[in-house]
Amino acid sequence: MSTHRELIRRALGPRVQFVQGDDACAYGAVLAGCTFFAGYPITPATEVAERMAEILPRIGGCYIQMEDEIASMGALIGASWTGAKVMTSTSGPGFSLMQENLGYAIMTETPCVVVNVQRSGPSTGQPTMGAYGDMMQARWGTHGDHEIIMLCPASVQEALEITIVAFNLSEQLRTPVLVFIDGELGHMRERLVIPDDDEFELVERPRATDRASYRPFAPGPDLVPPFAPFGSGFRTFVTGLTHNEDGLPRASSAAVHDQLVRRLAAKITSHLDLITRYEEFYADDCEIAIVAYGITARTCRDVVEEARRRGIKAGLLRLISIWPFPEHVVARWAERVRAMLVPEMNLGQIVHPIREAVAGRCVVTPYARIGGELHTPAELLEALEALQWQPA
Amino acid sequence: MATGLRIKTAAELRTNYLRREMFPTIFCDGCGIGNVLNYTLWAIDEVGLDLDRTVFVSGIGCSSRLPGYINADGLHATHGRALAFAAGIRAANPDLTVIVFTGDGDGAGIGGNHLLHTIRRNMDMTVILVNNFTYGMTGGQSAPTTPDGGFSSTTPYGNIEHPLDICELAKALGAPYVARWPVVSPAQPVKSIAEGIRKRGFALIEMLTPCPTAYGRRNGLKEIEQIWRWYREHTVLLDEWEWVEQFGSPEEREALRGKLKIGVFQDTERETFEDRWAALVARERL
Ligand code: SF4
Repeated sequence: MSTHRELIRRALGPRVQFVQGDDACAYGAVLAGCTFFAGYPITPATEVAERMAEILPRIGGCYIQMEDEIASMGALIGASWTGAKVMTSTSGPGFSLMQENLGYAIMTETPCVVVNVQRSGPSTGQPTMGAYGDMMQARWGTHGDHEIIMLCPASVQEALEITIVAFNLSEQLRTPVLVFIDGELGHMRERLVIPDDDEFELVERPRATDRASYRPFAPGPDLVPPFAPFGSGFRTFVTGLTHNEDGLPRASSAAVHDQLVRRLAAKITSHLDLITRYEEFYADDCEIAIVAYGITARTCRDVVEEARRRGIKAGLLRLISIWPFPEHVVARWAERVRAMLVPEMNLGQIVHPIREAVAGRCVVTPYARIGGELHTPAELLEALEALQWQPA
Repeated sequence: MATGLRIKTAAELRTNYLRREMFPTIFCDGCGIGNVLNYTLWAIDEVGLDLDRTVFVSGIGCSSRLPGYINADGLHATHGRALAFAAGIRAANPDLTVIVFTGDGDGAGIGGNHLLHTIRRNMDMTVILVNNFTYGMTGGQSAPTTPDGGFSSTTPYGNIEHPLDICELAKALGAPYVARWPVVSPAQPVKSIAEGIRKRGFALIEMLTPCPTAYGRRNGLKEIEQIWRWYREHTVLLDEWEWVEQFGSPEEREALRGKLKIGVFQDTERETFEDRWAALVARERL
């Protein structure tokens, strides 16, 4: 009888493959220990579900296709409370439907990972074309005050690695984590090297150990309450209502609500070191910066190289974690550059928190592109050259 | 009692099964949801369920508060989605017993699609659907089950929509166990809930439950005696109903209008999602 890790290796196949971004998210999930997937077909995210449907029975996990995205998110939460690591995948319209139960997962501190392979909206929009139109929906889509963690990989390889990170953060902080790619990256094939188990770390949610002193929502030292799965005899009551540390509803208490909702937010904002991820190119002597994320950032790297050849002191800040917004990182760049160019595959979403972080210290220029086409190096280079003449 | 149940006293049930810190309940005087809880506890006791291995799941509404009162794992989910959450629990850990409390609005209105597909998959769970003909918690708006002509805060001139027969729907979808009883006597509900829990597959027990506050007061059913009389007079056993439809006089048949069938609508066997998934895994596992 082989171990679960060996089963995973066999189910994933050869160590080096030529696969799509969607596949890589599925592989990352399985490597992270995901054993449950609930989903609903939607372009361009369907391949994530297809891979999970192939792999999960082969490693003794469970794949279930639900009747819609609302149900997918519900099933995910139910499964997570049995102690399983869980994931779903979707695209814009489905992500809209998941918002209510996403909020429930935040409120009830239920670990889960949601992959969104973004496409153009609003509404049905352009199902087969990539976009980054859900960046703000991810932040504020579910109602009420809350923090959310969102990660944006830029390559097939990174999609796998970031999905593992997403599971780790979700487990450690007991909160939903979003992995956001787009239709282009989701359907693009690249070389993928499946890492060995000693090349990445795996994190499990903190477990409750003593039944007598168990209080289901009493936080530990890092603000995260220890978890007791359903069926373990701890008898946990889970509710989306405002609840006290025993999990009992206290929906009309201002004090309990204030304490709970602030803790849920602080649990995330106090772990910025753990969450924040970014990459810098030519940061030291940079005068004109590009701040980009996702597939757009790939073009920007070439653009910066070319700009340097032309004598422009350009640099690139590639954001990998978007929420909570790495304000301190952007602020640091704002101290030393004259201008920031922000190309996005939407009409300007992350440019807003960037402006907030920059707080007037340099010029911030959005470069919007929608319709499903990527920014071209030529047009970004032109935009950089124009910014060069910005007064300091 | 005819069913031969070893009925425990209320005090015994309380100590064994209830979460003390949650009391008193939110239920109004005269509400029938307490009866449903009582019958469920009797049934659980009869079956001898291990509460350490049982999860109570619900959506939103008055009856969806029930899991909070039971000293077991509970998942008080979002409105209408109890069955989706329950499906996740069952699919991820088929060793756990799942009992769902839902209302008519929660389970068959906003959650209608989940009801349909959870039955279609035949997931092994027991769903106790509290039908009070209205949205009680929000103050008594019309529901998919509000009787023809029934008054509610959103049908102030009488309901013009045809009500949904949840049990007929569940039966047509192939649910292995389907029953409907009014709360007015304990024996059959307790027996049905116990049978539902024992049934391998989806079991639906619809409980016709008075809501004096939100529905009753608009429809002449505010006083307990009136209400319980109404439920006795407006429910007809399935056998009797069929007999009247086949052999009854035109007057007798006419008298069925506006009444509700009660009894066991379906009691059969069907392979569950969980069993089929386990078989698939046994076949495909590396
Ligand atoms: S509103 Fe109706 S259903 Fe709700 S607790 Fe009161 S009587 Fe019961």
